[in-house]
Amino acid sequence: MGVGIQVEDLNAWYGTTHTLQDINLHIPANHATALIGPSGCGKSTFVRCLNRMHETNPIARATGIVKMGDIDVYRDASPVEIRRRVGMVFQRPNPFPTMSIYDNVVSGLKLNGFRNRRILDETVERSLKQAALWEEVKDDLKKKSGASLSGGQQQRMCIARALAVDPEVLLMDEPASALDPVSTSKIEDLIFQLKSQYTIVIVTHNMQQAARVAENTGFFLNGRLVEFDSTHKIFTNPQDKRTEDYITGRFG
Amino acid sequence: MSTQPIKVSPLEAPRKPSRANTLRRSAVNQIVGALAVLATVLVLAPLAAILFYLLYKGASSLNTAFFTHIPAPVGEANGGMANAIVGSGIVLALASLMGIPVGIAAGVYLAEFGRGKFLGNAIRFTADVLNGVPSIVMGIAVYSLVVKPQRHYSALAGGIALAIMMIPTVTRTTEEMLATVPHAIREAALGLGVPKWRTAVSVSLRTASPGIITGCMLAFARVAGETAPLLFTALGNQFWSFKLNEPIAALPLQIFVYAISPYDEWHRLAWAGALVLIALIMVSVTLVRIFANRGVLKGGS
Repeated sequence: MGVGIQVEDLNAWYGTTHTLQDINLHIPANHATALIGPSGCGKSTFVRCLNRMHETNPIARATGIVKMGDIDVYRDASPVEIRRRVGMVFQRPNPFPTMSIYDNVVSGLKLNGFRNRRILDETVERSLKQAALWEEVKDDLKKKSGASLSGGQQQRMCIARALAVDPEVLLMDEPASALDPVSTSKIEDLIFQLKSQYTIVIVTHNMQQAARVAENTGFFLNGRLVEFDSTHKIFTNPQDKRTEDYITGRFG
Repeated sequence: MSTQPIKVSPLEAPRKPSRANTLRRSAVNQIVGALAVLATVLVLAPLAAILFYLLYKGASSLNTAFFTHIPAPVGEANGGMANAIVGSGIVLALASLMGIPVGIAAGVYLAEFGRGKFLGNAIRFTADVLNGVPSIVMGIAVYSLVVKPQRHYSALAGGIALAIMMIPTVTRTTEEMLATVPHAIREAALGLGVPKWRTAVSVSLRTASPGIITGCMLAFARVAGETAPLLFTALGNQFWSFKLNEPIAALPLQIFVYAISPYDEWHRLAWAGALVLIALIMVSVTLVRIFANRGVLKGGS
């Protein structure tokens, strides 16, 4: 089951660039939360702060409090432990090219030293079914490289890979922006099904997508969270003028 | 004033190119293509010439004795280079066992951990300098570092000299091949909670392995023919020796001894030895390639 995320006074920098300023936000458990905003507004940095991927860049820095359930992400645990509880799906599908489909899906387990064949087999089947990819690849699991799949299939495989480690939170950084409309709608269906079991945070440039999949939406601009509310309210009755300008297409 | 709207069709057929233009374009295309072919021929011609000359000079002296007997005194039949072939194998195996792991480890450090750090830059600079050190200097260095304290020449010293020559090539190709691995793949592993060292070894290194294997093969082939570093270390041996702490024969050494001798018969054996050396390098490189390609999956990049 998913857990809620509480963010307090989060600030982040790349070198001297202050990319996130004083973010305060509560992301509810077992819901999908969309983050929208123009390019460079800090939404990607924000999700990367949630699983401490931000700090893999040597010039990056972050301060503030991120609480995932009872765990203080920056004080109670190592980055490695946090990333095992928080799955991440990236903008471009990034399968491991040397691994089979099977090995890609259970790479999170195998690379952490897990070797029980029966459980690995079960995990592959469960995760690929969750990601709606099982029927398409079940005959080639160990024969084909993960990189041989189509872009949309690769992205669903990456979702399966993230789900295989049984995370509580799933972060998706523009998961469909590199895909065609058919693959995009498959990914959206998937988010719809998965959000009952996981807390999902999805960054998107596509406002219809936010409206379709997310209960709550946050609008970022210039490193600040301008407005956070239920998706319905953001898109029908935004409180902030800048939010209204953005969603009506007046800038961005 | 006319109210007729201006017609702008994006699908309008492009203007037909003039005939002169087309001719010029195809002529340039032909010339550039021809230059590329010419350059390839210029590079390959000497290589092919060497190979054919070796075949012409050396093939006639090859017989079973060459592969089964040790060198015989001048005038005696059935002399061979069996001990030198085995000796080269031993020295090269030693060199690869020492040089390749160290070289790859250093390359992984440079690419994955030492970016922009002082130690990283220092190692990179050292590797580049080491790459340019003449091989005879490497022989003298190992002579004073290993042979002199031990007070005897040895296969081990030869292996060390060749290993040191392999390290810079292996290190720099490993680093460069790791740099071609997309950052997104590393992020995928880190995002799954895989520790950084494990990501470097099981993801980055594995993805870059075809290129790294090529680099190791280049380094191997380069030192396989080295004579100078072995002169002061392995020394050479006219008899069988399998001990690592004794002087050992090696093909390049044997070729060297025979080639500078005054006897025609030995000259012929030197040619045969050179042919065998090249053939063995080609065979071992090919075998490694076949072996390395066995586990590759369908559709992997």
